[in-house]
Amino acid sequence: MKINVIVINEMDNVGIALEDIKRGGEVRTAEGTCFTALDEVPFSHKVALVQLAKGDEVFKYGEVIGRCSRDISRGEWVHTHNLE
Amino acid sequence: MKDFNGFIRPDGSVGIRNHVLVIPSVSCANGVVGLIARMVPEAVPIYHGHGCGRAGKDMEWHMRTLVNLGKNPNAAAVLVIGLGCEVIKGEFLAQGIASSGKPVELLNIQEQGGSLKTAARGAEIIRRFLDDAAREVRQPAPFSSLTLGLECGGSDAFSGVTANPSVGRVADWVVDQGGTVILTETTEMIGTSHILERRACDSQVAAQVAAMIAQAEKRTHELLGPLASVVIAPGNMDGGMSSIREKSLGCIIKGGSRVINQVIDYAEIPSQKGLILMDGPGYDTESMAGVAAAGSQIMIFTTGRGNPIGFPMVPVIKVASTTQMFTRMEDDMDINAGAILQGRSLEQVASDIRELLIKVAGGDLTKAERNQQTGILCMSTNLGAF
Repeated sequence: MKINVIVINEMDNVGIALEDIKRGGEVRTAEGTCFTALDEVPFSHKVALVQLAKGDEVFKYGEVIGRCSRDISRGEWVHTHNLE
Repeated sequence: MKDFNGFIRPDGSVGIRNHVLVIPSVSCANGVVGLIARMVPEAVPIYHGHGCGRAGKDMEWHMRTLVNLGKNPNAAAVLVIGLGCEVIKGEFLAQGIASSGKPVELLNIQEQGGSLKTAARGAEIIRRFLDDAAREVRQPAPFSSLTLGLECGGSDAFSGVTANPSVGRVADWVVDQGGTVILTETTEMIGTSHILERRACDSQVAAQVAAMIAQAEKRTHELLGPLASVVIAPGNMDGGMSSIREKSLGCIIKGGSRVINQVIDYAEIPSQKGLILMDGPGYDTESMAGVAAAGSQIMIFTTGRGNPIGFPMVPVIKVASTTQMFTRMEDDMDINAGAILQGRSLEQVASDIRELLIKVAGGDLTKAERNQQTGILCMSTNLGAF
């Protein structure tokens, strides 16, 4: 199956949606990870690749882009509502 | 270490093109430069709109930009056309360029007796320069002699996902070959100061990085007031960017991941190799002028919306961020990084770009060169650029 999420750096714990992913849809990365999207993740937005706890650092581009403002489950959409 | 075939200049630098330039010292000389370029179409005119009424920082920047463009290794020889009464004197430009050891001549229109006489003499000089340049042959040179300039313009939500990360891998490759990479557009570094400071080679360079970015942020607020958020903002939140830091990371990723060895001012030639940060505006053509003057023989330009602009004497490789835009503007785009959205890996696209870079260094033309997308030289001013 074609991938629909890209991971830019191996340190990243979020990936970027290459298409609109529906809630309950499958998340597929080039690294072979495959899991269910818990939210609707719009095209070009971020999705959590692992379980994250409140206060955890969120990595994209191999750098910290913020901290979780609450617990975030794998497959959740990550944006300003749960990232600070 | 790999080699490419280039033109060895008297100062030891290596050109990947063998252009003969005609540079006006002032915009009043553009007409004569145009006459010469029509008489000898192989000449490369560097039209610009400045050279008089300059003071302070602008005078310093403009003189340095014009001198250092003349010194760029892609120029085999340079003819400067001055007027005679301008602020930025042709004599100053000719002397500055001649310090690189390449052939330089100067004609002042007022001394030569007007446009037609100056153009006729200029065309003679250019024909002689072209004959001499034609005897130069490409010789093997190491990639450590290459300076790659980076630019992104007309960005979209995928510039930071496909095009910029692929180019970042190529930037790392150039640095690993011992070459030089110039990353600029200071406004697009806002929010990433702590990350770039950490990558500086020493505390002095780290302090320069911090000062440069803080100044860009302050200046953007001064110039734009309440509109500063248009520039210093995550941009369109619909694009999925959650913070200014995340947006800026998507820009600076094209500079790769290596140590920052030096911070330079606009259009300054670096004294170090490796990754260099140049203080400069985000506006594409002004930025490219500074990057070319800093000595880049080649540029990579990532674009989401599709900007076709090239540069008069420096090949510019266009990397499209999406397949849709690449297909729509294939005449202008060299590489489709959007293939990543269809399953091609970042490494594969980086490899495509690297192979093209090597070919272009050896003489293959980019789309912007084929389309003669030379434009007009836009130099940064201190008055209202960000």
